[in-house]
Amino acid sequence: MSVFKDAGHLFRFAGLFVLAFLIFLVVRHYIVPKSFGQYGHYRGASIGEIAARPVKFAGHETCETCHSDEAAKKSSGKHAHVNCEACHGALASHADDPSIMPVLPDTAVLCARCHTASAAKPKGFPQVDPASHYPGTPCNTCHQPHSPGMDAGGAK
Amino acid sequence: MNGVEGYMYPNEITLYWSVLIVLYPYITGLVAGAFILASLERVFRVEAVKPTYRLALLTALAFLLVAPLPLVLHLGHPFRSPEMYFTPHSTSAMAMFGYVYLWYLMAVLVLEIWLDYRRDIVLLSQSSKGLLRFVYKVMTLGSSNISPRSLAIDDRVGWIVTLIGIPSAFLLHGYVGFIFGSVKANPWWSSPLMPVVFIFSAMVSGIAGVMLLYMAISKLRKQVIDMRCVDSIAMYLFYIFIIDFSLEMLDLVHRIYEANESFNSLNFMVHTQLYFSQIVLQIGLGTITPLALLFLTQVVKLPEIARKYMYVLSGSLALIGVLAMRWNVVIGGQLFSKSFLGYTTYKMSLVTREGLLVAIFLTLLPLVFLWVLIKLLPPWPEKSAHAAAD
Repeated sequence: MSVFKDAGHLFRFAGLFVLAFLIFLVVRHYIVPKSFGQYGHYRGASIGEIAARPVKFAGHETCETCHSDEAAKKSSGKHAHVNCEACHGALASHADDPSIMPVLPDTAVLCARCHTASAAKPKGFPQVDPASHYPGTPCNTCHQPHSPGMDAGGAK
Repeated sequence: MNGVEGYMYPNEITLYWSVLIVLYPYITGLVAGAFILASLERVFRVEAVKPTYRLALLTALAFLLVAPLPLVLHLGHPFRSPEMYFTPHSTSAMAMFGYVYLWYLMAVLVLEIWLDYRRDIVLLSQSSKGLLRFVYKVMTLGSSNISPRSLAIDDRVGWIVTLIGIPSAFLLHGYVGFIFGSVKANPWWSSPLMPVVFIFSAMVSGIAGVMLLYMAISKLRKQVIDMRCVDSIAMYLFYIFIIDFSLEMLDLVHRIYEANESFNSLNFMVHTQLYFSQIVLQIGLGTITPLALLFLTQVVKLPEIARKYMYVLSGSLALIGVLAMRWNVVIGGQLFSKSFLGYTTYKMSLVTREGLLVAIFLTLLPLVFLWVLIKLLPPWPEKSAHAAAD
């Protein structure tokens, strides 16, 4: 029995480890949300919480029910596959209540996001250097955003 | 664009892994290296290095305590860090850091130091006064049994812990190398040799670090430097350095001979942006020079004073060389574009959370921790057990 007596301090150290592990388990029990790992390495309940958030985007089908004229113009142009809210912003609030009028985007800033020249873009993609290409002038002075191209004339 | 040459993808222009991520493998490397030096005495029975055994263990602990700080400062949100323990993601090497760290800290270092110092702690808990007495009392865990039999058990268990500690030290630092080596998208990092190179360079830095600390502390304490001990450490440093250098050269030769699609881009980077830190600092000053100096001390019978200077010089250069190696891996891996058509620049900030001042602070902080540890647990025999017993 003297081995156990002389190794008593080792059991104390081991006991400290066990105690720390038990405290860890208790803290973990309270800290880790119950739904963690339900579907994957995340909190399962977060899906419901995110789904419960108010919808911000209306979707282009909703826009087209009222703005059929713009939709027709867009469908024949280069921007046919660009969704309305990609440029106009999330407008579910406007779709729900048309009296809430959205602010029109500043085309001098908006268009440059996609059309600023960069070597990484395909050669056929229309690109300009905003600093030298009529700087400060809104793009829709010359280009029609819904069906872009010089032939389409200015803003309509 | 400022600091960019050629073509960079937009997400490559700014470096996300800063100087703190350079420090992290450097500090963990010092831990692993210092521990390997300690294990020389304990497991391999190299009696000559005994004077540095305890110092090496305390050095490893001091640096290990600081090791996670660069990561926490880099990531921000320190309160989220316990999540890696509560919800570990077993398929992510980075997410497993917490467990690798905790294993090495608690199951290896703290346990080994406690076992080795237990006799001293019990004696100090009886001889000291005030708050210090309470601290030592807590450290005894309520057991004051220092019978020869219990100490013999400690010695045996300590030996087993060291034996487990050697692969653990390899795991800790091999893991750090693995983090880089497993990034397959980055040709500068992606290499199965990376963990091995990291381990051997860690051993170089740790052994050099403890050798310098031992010499500096002996000088400060006005004690005679045990030249038999320092000569042995320098010999091991030389041997490990040769392996480390060979592995790094093997990696280099392999890259040159393989010359895959990234080679021209990386070769250009090494000859321009990384020229000073890689060719001059890491290879020239940090590896070949200390290797040549250590080689001289091994083959020529030099007087003691000359050997001392050469050890100090080669040890310091080795530490600089390993730091440069970490820099070249971490920063170098982010300087070139994955398109292989351009390069960016790393501009280190000074006073920000990831700036130079914080990096200097984190480099010095382990020395403060070491000072406290040495005060609490003196590693020299005449000040510890014997003094307490008197």
